[in-house]
Amino acid sequence: MELICPAGNSAAYREAVEAGADAVYCGFRNETNARNFPGLNFSRDEMAAAIAFGHSRGVMSFVAINTFMRAGSEQLWFEAVDDAVTAGADAVILADMGLMAYTARRHPAQRIHVSVQAAAASVDSVAFLVEAFGAKRVVLPRVLSLAEVRNLTHQAPCETEVFVFGGLCVMAEGRCSLSSYATGLSPNMNGVCSPASHVRYVPQGTELVSRLGDYTIDRFAAGRPAGYPTLCKGRFSADGRVAHSFEDPVSLDALGHLEELRKAGVKALKIEGRQRGKAYVAEVVSTIRRALEARPEARPAILSRLSRVSEGQRTTAGAYDKRWR
Amino acid sequence: MTAPHTRPTLTLGPVLFHWDGPAWRDFHFRIADEAVIDEVYVGETVCSKRQPFIEPHLPEVIDRFTSAGKRVILSSLTLITLERELRATRDLAGQDDFLVEANDLAALRHLAGRPHAVGPIVNVYNAPTAALLAQRGAQVICLPPELPANSIRQIASATPQVAFEVFAFGRVPLAISARCAHARARGLHKDNCQFVCGQDPDGLRLDTLDAEPFLAINGVQTVSHACQSLVEDLDDLVAMGVRRFRLSPQRCDMVAVAQIHRDVLDGRLKAMEARASLAALYPEAPFSNGFLHGVVGAAWVEGRHRLPR
Repeated sequence: MELICPAGNSAAYREAVEAGADAVYCGFRNETNARNFPGLNFSRDEMAAAIAFGHSRGVMSFVAINTFMRAGSEQLWFEAVDDAVTAGADAVILADMGLMAYTARRHPAQRIHVSVQAAAASVDSVAFLVEAFGAKRVVLPRVLSLAEVRNLTHQAPCETEVFVFGGLCVMAEGRCSLSSYATGLSPNMNGVCSPASHVRYVPQGTELVSRLGDYTIDRFAAGRPAGYPTLCKGRFSADGRVAHSFEDPVSLDALGHLEELRKAGVKALKIEGRQRGKAYVAEVVSTIRRALEARPEARPAILSRLSRVSEGQRTTAGAYDKRWR
Repeated sequence: MTAPHTRPTLTLGPVLFHWDGPAWRDFHFRIADEAVIDEVYVGETVCSKRQPFIEPHLPEVIDRFTSAGKRVILSSLTLITLERELRATRDLAGQDDFLVEANDLAALRHLAGRPHAVGPIVNVYNAPTAALLAQRGAQVICLPPELPANSIRQIASATPQVAFEVFAFGRVPLAISARCAHARARGLHKDNCQFVCGQDPDGLRLDTLDAEPFLAINGVQTVSHACQSLVEDLDDLVAMGVRRFRLSPQRCDMVAVAQIHRDVLDGRLKAMEARASLAALYPEAPFSNGFLHGVVGAAWVEGRHRLPR
């Protein structure tokens, strides 16, 4: 299985290569990619240099152009694809059907990978994207169980890639407007979810309140670490009962299922986290690389060190474990 | 397809919530008999476990609409992961008696080359995507609720061969998951959910820790607490090239809701008065139109900040 690693800048890119990535995915510094955060991502020159460096080390580069084209400004996305092709991208990761059609028409030799944002959760959805745009690989949403991943991979007319570590979307990706409902900015349109620009931490009595836009997402007692107010990880009240209504503040760790994923025929494992620093990338990538090369029974000991880097120190295998639902 | 001056079409969206079978049937009967609705979307779009509850009533509901001269469009499921869901979607897309609304890429695959509709949860954010779908047979596209007016205008003017629809009234579908937050809120799992979503026919209200109403849970779907209303924007939307307006069923007098929208579209009722009447009909939630105006989706933008033509 290929190990697909995130890079939010050139330094993280180099770390990922050194740490054993088979491919690094990254995006241009604008709203064409779904990690459109301040201070992150690549200029055209940085992208070309990173891709050349990767190739010199036998590592592939996948360029994520995975937001939806804003009507009237499609040229920005078309140019991103053109420039990724020119820079030598081994694949472009796309979500917008109009952009996939453009890429298939204009750059027929370019490998198209379907972003998780395209919401292809079934074999027929995958087949649609293969038939319509010649997609070579689909990144599966984080809503599928292991059995569903196995079935889908077995029947799909292209390769599948799955997330194994990092952020966990509770909602089907690419079909969620919770963030724009609260802040006006969404993953699909702006490449951001629960954006930092709309986050505030407000002291209230002995508590710290985390807010997103005009809404309280959680409260933290004095001395407790205050988590980031990602909307779907917040605490809300239904019928007077307060709970993490959608999901606890956990991140995804499906590394306990590497052997099942391999047997399922999954082509590539993806690590989330282009917003992470180079030290995180180095630690996570090198650890997972060592685990992949070790015998299955030796893996837990190797992987245990990752518990320290996980968001909020707590993780879940998410939907891969069917009980999650 | 139709000239711009054609009378705009009023549609009823699929019932998003889990109403019990007879209530679901009677609601549709009344719409068929009394409402100034032109076309109706019928079918379970949120959770396949609910399908057995409405299936026994589907034929009679469809007959009633057909007899009343209202066109029926069958809506497909939004999130498909199970084999039986795939089979049901293939069967639905395979029949030729009714137009089908695709709410997922899987349905689009099987509808290729034949006339069909595209639902609001399929990501159509720009004209190239709309044109691509039109080329594959889409005649009607209900645009994603989070689209701002500028995008709607661009898409509609560049793709005149498609009849565009917007989500004009109702709680906005914001997210869908494989996990059921409704079951989770009741201490249950999805596989043993006991259909608790049926206890909240308008959604389970989710408040922030400041006791501020925020969202509503509808099984595996999350909808807005606010009720989106574009009633003050109808004229502007028509001018932009929107030809269809979707009213999404809530637990209120939808016959009256339809009449108000018809009256505004036909110039018999002023938008401000219409809004007041709607507020009286559906007092459960505040109105929102922020998505259309390119701001926070939950916001209400007052009439004095009208959209630029």
